[in-house]
Amino acid sequence: MNPELLFFFETVIGGLMAGVMYSLVALGFVLIFKASGIFNFAQGVMCLFAALALYDFMAPGGWVDRWFGFTFPVWAAIALTIVVMIILAWLIERFVLQYLVKQEPIILFMATIGLAYVLEGIGDILFGSDVKPLDVGIPQGASDWLWDNFNLYIEKLEIFAAATAAVLVTVLAIFFQRTRIGRALRAVADDHQAALSVGISLRTIWVIVWSVSGIVALVAGIMWGSKSGVQFSLSLIALKALPVLILGGFTSVPGAIVGGLIIGVGEKLAEVYFGPYVGGAIENWFAYMLALVFLLFRPQGLFGERIIERV
Amino acid sequence: MDVQRKFGDPILEVNDISLSFGGVTALENVSFDVLEGEVRAIIGPNGAGKSSMLNVINGFYHPQQGMITYKGETRKQMRPHHAASRGIARTFQNIALFKGMSTLDNIMTGRNTKMKKNLFWQALHVGPAKQEELEHREYVEHVIDFLEIQAIRKTPVGRLPYGMQKRVELGRALAAEPELLLLDEPMAGMNLEEKEDMCRFVLDVNDQFGTTIALIEHDMGVVMDISDRVVVLDYGKKIADGTPDEVRSNQDVIEAYLGVVQDDELAASQNN
Repeated sequence: MNPELLFFFETVIGGLMAGVMYSLVALGFVLIFKASGIFNFAQGVMCLFAALALYDFMAPGGWVDRWFGFTFPVWAAIALTIVVMIILAWLIERFVLQYLVKQEPIILFMATIGLAYVLEGIGDILFGSDVKPLDVGIPQGASDWLWDNFNLYIEKLEIFAAATAAVLVTVLAIFFQRTRIGRALRAVADDHQAALSVGISLRTIWVIVWSVSGIVALVAGIMWGSKSGVQFSLSLIALKALPVLILGGFTSVPGAIVGGLIIGVGEKLAEVYFGPYVGGAIENWFAYMLALVFLLFRPQGLFGERIIERV
Repeated sequence: MDVQRKFGDPILEVNDISLSFGGVTALENVSFDVLEGEVRAIIGPNGAGKSSMLNVINGFYHPQQGMITYKGETRKQMRPHHAASRGIARTFQNIALFKGMSTLDNIMTGRNTKMKKNLFWQALHVGPAKQEELEHREYVEHVIDFLEIQAIRKTPVGRLPYGMQKRVELGRALAAEPELLLLDEPMAGMNLEEKEDMCRFVLDVNDQFGTTIALIEHDMGVVMDISDRVVVLDYGKKIADGTPDEVRSNQDVIEAYLGVVQDDELAASQNN
């Protein structure tokens, strides 16, 4: 194959794979936004927190190791971390959200900012702030098969992440479209009082949603942790999810995926083909520029619900 | 009502309810009952505590004092989702619909408390869950036919005109097959034609489904026409209770509505 074309493909695929990682983080945001209209500022920290907890359950020198003298195998550690995230969701509902029913979205948003700092602090105190290499057995290195046959360099981890994201989205889409909880969830997002009046328990729905988005955060945390180690800068990736959400629409699960892919590919292509002319480092701000353009022309995003306002 | 209508036992009794927000009293020692099968109106001037009363009944507000007996079960306060699952449905003064959803989906949410099959089967969309979904869908279609809103079945409700939204909201409440239906100003802001339609629906619901209805309404003509008994609130207190005719001739009610000068004030002004 023409080496230039090959390079183009490699860039696009690399971008898609990076995009999947953004999408995983964005998914968690979408879930909570769908169910409560809150932009959860703490989503990035939840990824970090989940990854920290997971690491601690299986690494020598963690709390479990120090207190009980053993560590958990990977599958048990993941199961335990899921339990931790569900408990966390319950605590958040019990001590924060419960008191904020019927409040303005901005107030709930402020609450999640507070939550982000609290979680980050707890994570730091419990687990320490050093970078931790997370290894849950996801294959590392480049895919030999793609390299041998197509001369393409793609990390196995990224392929794995893409497959995981696909499964996750399918399951979530089915959950939202077909189940009673899914419909209840959309109802809660729309109008708290009305949802209550048809017998939907706000508290149950909130615990469910925060649990699910905690589990999604765990998946994202595992992928990012395996890629670049569990470190506190993980919570900043949340910021990259913002343009993803603006592109895809805050309320759409498929939108989070497509938005992530567009951002991923867009910033890689821009960096490689446009970057040299303006001195490089486009990758850092390209996503935000793209989001800005979308805000001007299609504020509800590609897949978001139309904003309907009667005056 | 020319024909003498017969009602059952009280389905709801509120007893000595007092509710205040901070220092502001919204309801003070209010007691009344609603008989099974009747249309019960709650009227009163603005700020009389009518909406607060409905909110106490379906559990949005928790009164500081008093008891609520619903279907033989007495409690100090109701909880919204508990009330809903025990057969209390309601509409709101300022329409509370799910604006992004279609009419059909909105009314489907009313079936929430009736759906029992587990999530796993619902997700797979096979077997008993599919059957259940179809049954609910059938009931919802029935409600849609009844309210004559077939044409807007797929329209997002945010785009509907006001009167139609009110009707969809009633549909959502009906979909729950309520035993007690609470309507908060169902005809507010409607034109004459829409009001007549809504009156007809309220009476038909009461007649065909035997649903007990408690409603708040400002339009006196409407209230006197469709209700069996009327409770009158003023400044959070009950000032009258009885048939429309009794209430209409009650001196306190006339004063509350017309704002007649109090006797002592009258005396004071005469002395000067």
